[in-house]
Amino acid sequence: MLQVYQTQLRSRLMLGTARYPSPAIVAGAVRAARAEVVTVALRRESAGERAGQAFWSLIRELGVRVLPNTAGCHSVKEAVTTAHMAREVFGTPWIKLEVIGEDDTLQPDVFGLVEAARTLCAEGFEVFPYTTEDLVVAERLLAAGCRVLMPWGAPIGSGRGLNNLFGLKALRAHFPEVPLIIDAGLGLPSHAAQALELGFDAVLINTAVAQARDPVQMAGAFAQAVEAGLAARQAGPIEPRDLAVPSTPLIGTAFRG
Amino acid sequence: MKILVNGAWRETHSSELARALEELGYGASVVSTAVNGEFVAASQRAHTVLADGDRLEVLAPMQGG
Repeated sequence: MLQVYQTQLRSRLMLGTARYPSPAIVAGAVRAARAEVVTVALRRESAGERAGQAFWSLIRELGVRVLPNTAGCHSVKEAVTTAHMAREVFGTPWIKLEVIGEDDTLQPDVFGLVEAARTLCAEGFEVFPYTTEDLVVAERLLAAGCRVLMPWGAPIGSGRGLNNLFGLKALRAHFPEVPLIIDAGLGLPSHAAQALELGFDAVLINTAVAQARDPVQMAGAFAQAVEAGLAARQAGPIEPRDLAVPSTPLIGTAFRG
Repeated sequence: MKILVNGAWRETHSSELARALEELGYGASVVSTAVNGEFVAASQRAHTVLADGDRLEVLAPMQGG
C-alpha cells in the first residue's frame, strides 16, 4: 500500500481526465487503469452550457478520489486562489500544485512553487507539488510542509519518458521515505514500469492514455506495466554488469578436456 | 451595473453576489467564485457586494491532467 498524507492507496497508477475523445472513454479508461485517484481542474463555466456540471457528475459516478490541479497558473497568487476555489468545489484538501514558469516546456517555476506550497500547507492543504528532480527544491518543498513530491519525467505531454535518469535516481536515493510520484512526460507503459522499477511510488498519466488510438486499452496496458514494475522492485533486481556471466553452469560441459 | 464575468462584460441588476449568480444563470450549479482575483467562499456570497467594473470569475469542475 502507498500512503499519501493519511490516505492508503492500493493502485500505483493515477490518471488524468483531460484530452479524451469522449466522457464515456474517460470512464472506461479510469476503470481499465484500476485508478483510485484522478486529476481534475477548474475552468470558467458558461451558464448556458454547464459543461462542468456534467463532467462532475461523471467523476462522482466513478467513485474515485479526485486530485484537483492548479494547471495554467503562472503566479503564486493565481495558484493559491485556484487552490482555495478547488477545495470548496471538490471538497478535498488535496491539491496538485502547479506554478508554470516557462511556456515551451511547461517547466515549473520552482521559486513560486515553494512559496505557494508554504502558504497552502500552512492553511491545511495537502499539497502534491509538480516539481523538477532538483534536490534542493525538493528539500525546500518538504520544509514548506509537503509530504509527497511529484517530479516530472519529461515535459508535460511530451511522451519522452524519464529524461534525466541520473537526477531522478538521485532524488529517489536522497529521500527514501518520501512518496515520489512521477508526473508528466511518460509516453509508454515501459516508461511507467521503469519508474516503478527504480523505486518511484506511483505515476500519473494523462496524455499517453487520452491521446492513444484506443485510450481504454492503453489504460489497461499502463495498469499492467505499473504492477509489473512494482513487483520487480519488490523482487530485488540484479545489478547490470559489463561482462557476460554464463547462466548455464559450466561444470560437466561436454567435449571439454 | 456592468461587471466582467469570466472575461465578458455582462449587465446585472443585483449587486449582491449570490443574487447576481442566479441572475446570470448559475442558480443550482456547483461553482466556485472569485471577485477581483480574491476567492469568495460560497458562504460569503450573500454578504459580498459587487461594484460596477468588478471582475467576477465563476469556475466549475473540468477535465484536468
